[in-house]
Amino acid sequence: MVEKELVVKLETGLQARPAALFVQEANRFQSEIFLEKDGKKVNAKSIMGIMSLAVSTGSKVIITTDGNDEVDAMEALTEFVKGE
Amino acid sequence: MVKVRMKDLIDKFNLELISGEEGIHRPIQTSDISRPGLEMAGFFTYYPAERLQLLGKTELSFFYGLEDPLKRKERMDRLCTDETPGIIISRSMDVPEELIEASERTEVPILRSNVTTTRLSSRLTNFLEGQLAPSTAIHGVLVDIYGVGVLITGQSGVGKSETALELVKRGHRLVADDSVEIKQESENTLIGNAPELIQHLLEIRGLGIINVMTLFGAGAIRNYKKISLVITLELWDQKKVYDRLGLEEDMMQIIDTKIPRMTIPVRPGRNLAVIIEVAAMNFRLKNMGMNAARQFSERLTREIQTGDYEDTEY
Repeated sequence: MVEKELVVKLETGLQARPAALFVQEANRFQSEIFLEKDGKKVNAKSIMGIMSLAVSTGSKVIITTDGNDEVDAMEALTEFVKGE
Repeated sequence: MVKVRMKDLIDKFNLELISGEEGIHRPIQTSDISRPGLEMAGFFTYYPAERLQLLGKTELSFFYGLEDPLKRKERMDRLCTDETPGIIISRSMDVPEELIEASERTEVPILRSNVTTTRLSSRLTNFLEGQLAPSTAIHGVLVDIYGVGVLITGQSGVGKSETALELVKRGHRLVADDSVEIKQESENTLIGNAPELIQHLLEIRGLGIINVMTLFGAGAIRNYKKISLVITLELWDQKKVYDRLGLEEDMMQIIDTKIPRMTIPVRPGRNLAVIIEVAAMNFRLKNMGMNAARQFSERLTREIQTGDYEDTEY
């Protein structure tokens, strides 16, 4: 299991479209992936879950990945929220 | 994570803010309420400062009976600590000068209500217990089927939302899609609801986000529901043994509560909505004392034990 705390730099935050892309990215991996914000933890492969968190730019989130491709998943998602 | 602050109480119970406005964002950590009667008499050894303090007629009458102004000041000063979330005066009684002074210095909010002390105390406890109940969030869909709160869980993409849509179409009610917030309100009672932002919404792959309430009407949704049954959908695994009789009872633990769980394998051609609907009905039947599997099994055992098959019905 890999866990990482990071700050969302994506300018728009996870609005509907970026959230969909984020979930799409997460679904490419087999690992179980979770996103946590303010003590609320949701499945990163579920778009409604991600959107219910209303992640804005600058907010602190914790990503957890667990599975055989956990490292790759973490890398891809970290890259995504960096917003580059 | 702070769940409830003084400000929430002010809004909820329509409390009048007397002083200490700076402190209205203080968090409340416990649902216990303290009525500091012995403290008024000077016994502060076990003063539960972290609790909400409630001053009623008894406490205030005793306080007004104190003649020494120094004592009066000292008691009120010790009542207002950095930890104290707030002090509430009931029955619209006058607030002692000493208390207002102490609250302004320490920023402990002083509030007033017109409700009687005991009633206010029980209402506050109820509200705080609800707010401070242990909670969690689960990836799944919560549907009210024939009055049974069924939580459908399973891997992403297994068809939870599609099943929920079909259930809604069949006249059942959606509570939450994808992310269910669960609170353990009392022992063995789990209440689920949707995060506010995604209430009444359902996401169907290929369609996108749909609003169940505007599409199917107010009868198709519920805001919260007690969870009684968990159904886990999983892709049919050839090597796994699935329950064929319904005699075993699998349980799933959420917070400290155990809920009966059924695992239903998914395969093309299986109508999940109907299966889940029947599971909910069967669950109700079991609760009424009718367990088809057990009754059948007992009959079978009896037949085998008596040896000869007596056909009395024909």
